[in-house]
Amino acid sequence: MMDGAALLDAPLLSARGITHSYGERIGCRDVTFDLWPGEVLGVVGESGSGKTTLLNCLSAQVIPSAGSLTYRLRTGDQADVYALSEAERRMLMRTDWGFVHQNPRDGLRMGVSAGANVGERLMAVGARHYGAIREQVTDWLGRVEMDLDRIDDLPSRFSGGMQQRVQIARNLVSGPRLVFMDEPTGGLDVSVQARLLDLLRGLTNDLGLSAVIVTHDLAVARLLSHRLMVMRRGAVVEQGLTDQVLDDPQHAYTQLLVSSVLQT
Amino acid sequence: MTQARTMTDGGYNFAYLDEQTKRMIRRAILKAVAIPGHQVPFGSREMPLPYGWGTGGIQVTASIIGLVDVLKVIDQGADDTTNAVSIRRFFARTAGVATTEATADATIIQTRHRIPETALGDDQIIVYQVPIPEPLRWLEPREAETRKMHGLADYGVMHVKLYEDIATYGHIETSYDYPVLVNGRYLTAPSPIPKFDNPKMDAMAALQLFGAGREKRIYAIPPYTRVESLDFEDHPFAVQTWAARCAICGAEDSFLDEVIIDDHGGSMFVCSDTDHCGRRVAAGHRGEEG
Repeated sequence: MMDGAALLDAPLLSARGITHSYGERIGCRDVTFDLWPGEVLGVVGESGSGKTTLLNCLSAQVIPSAGSLTYRLRTGDQADVYALSEAERRMLMRTDWGFVHQNPRDGLRMGVSAGANVGERLMAVGARHYGAIREQVTDWLGRVEMDLDRIDDLPSRFSGGMQQRVQIARNLVSGPRLVFMDEPTGGLDVSVQARLLDLLRGLTNDLGLSAVIVTHDLAVARLLSHRLMVMRRGAVVEQGLTDQVLDDPQHAYTQLLVSSVLQT
Repeated sequence: MTQARTMTDGGYNFAYLDEQTKRMIRRAILKAVAIPGHQVPFGSREMPLPYGWGTGGIQVTASIIGLVDVLKVIDQGADDTTNAVSIRRFFARTAGVATTEATADATIIQTRHRIPETALGDDQIIVYQVPIPEPLRWLEPREAETRKMHGLADYGVMHVKLYEDIATYGHIETSYDYPVLVNGRYLTAPSPIPKFDNPKMDAMAALQLFGAGREKRIYAIPPYTRVESLDFEDHPFAVQTWAARCAICGAEDSFLDEVIIDDHGGSMFVCSDTDHCGRRVAAGHRGEEG
């Protein structure tokens, strides 16, 4: 699952005291954690609890009011993410990182074909050989179980589940080490959700990806994440191994959250 | 005498624009020349012709034209089309300058859609009328974002468009306003000239100025600047070719327009550059219809 013991020496991403407020309103407050290589961290909580704000801060799309974020580059150097220049941050975002939006329309270019969407990152980092780009795109669409004869179709002609697959391929084509996902299966029907979850679990396992997955669906969290953070009103109220948190919740809010899931 | 020349047509300043406006535009032009391919905002004025007819080009021309200049104006390569005739007459009346249809005699050439076939010299300036100066516009609608992309030279998305062409048509179908990289840095829209003319922009001896009136942008390519057309390694940039030759002058190497000549589907190909065609005919060249 992981490339080697060396990778385990240091966390991939270290968040310290991430706090972001929108004027008087608190988005998230004093969030601290380490994400290790190959680890999938789930962030759960009710809507409005600051999950998405946290994710935006972690992916440096929003610079938080306070806190620091350190990322270990492929070179082994530690990068202070918020101190990077815009150009460096964009480079990171399109090579080493991925971001899967809840709504594929936010993460895809709807005006160009699925193939072009997947190939964009390659071209952005300088790939200039059409045949080679095409080959990688085809490979990736296959890995997310897309019909290859749809490669030149516009995403707007796809179902929600297919759009989400294209978005995932578009993010993974550059071989990222860290992927942020905001409700990756939200808005999809249950059978499509199940297939997509299966796919995501397979991909994170095979590629040794680290991921931060925001979801309000505890079933998704249990299936995908190794470790879980429970958020409420912007603060982390409980964190630990996924099974531990879900089977033996300590905080009153986590107990409420777990017990509010329909038991079958 | 200067007085008489500057007040050529009842009450207008020389070349229509007032001197302060010209000064402002010249400053924009200087900045544009200093940063090849970079779009410089300027305070575009209302001109006595509608947007889309060359308000940007006409303001650039008005700001650089002097008493001794000789002006040529072309539209789709032709000197005798409505737009070309009216802009030429505009400057003849407001600036009293000499005008010409001969490319070699002109010091300033204002153009829409074409670069003359005759190679330009280092004593000439070519002014392009530009409808949409932003090459990324159809890919990224947010102006703030496109400026950032230019700032960071973040141009991958332009290749997405070319990729899309190849995926759809099997080759790069974009045939006009074909994106270029100027001096290895700024992605630039060459205005709606056919890609046939793109190679002429590379290391051109003449100064190239671009004016977009509605979008309020000026940009420039200084003489002898590197201009590359974007492409893929396995789908290199190529210009249009025709199976036919010019029906009037027999030219094989110029940009040809197809002209419908009857109601039975008949057509002929003729040079789009009328000056080029005329000089070839005068030199004794003949095509099938000549």
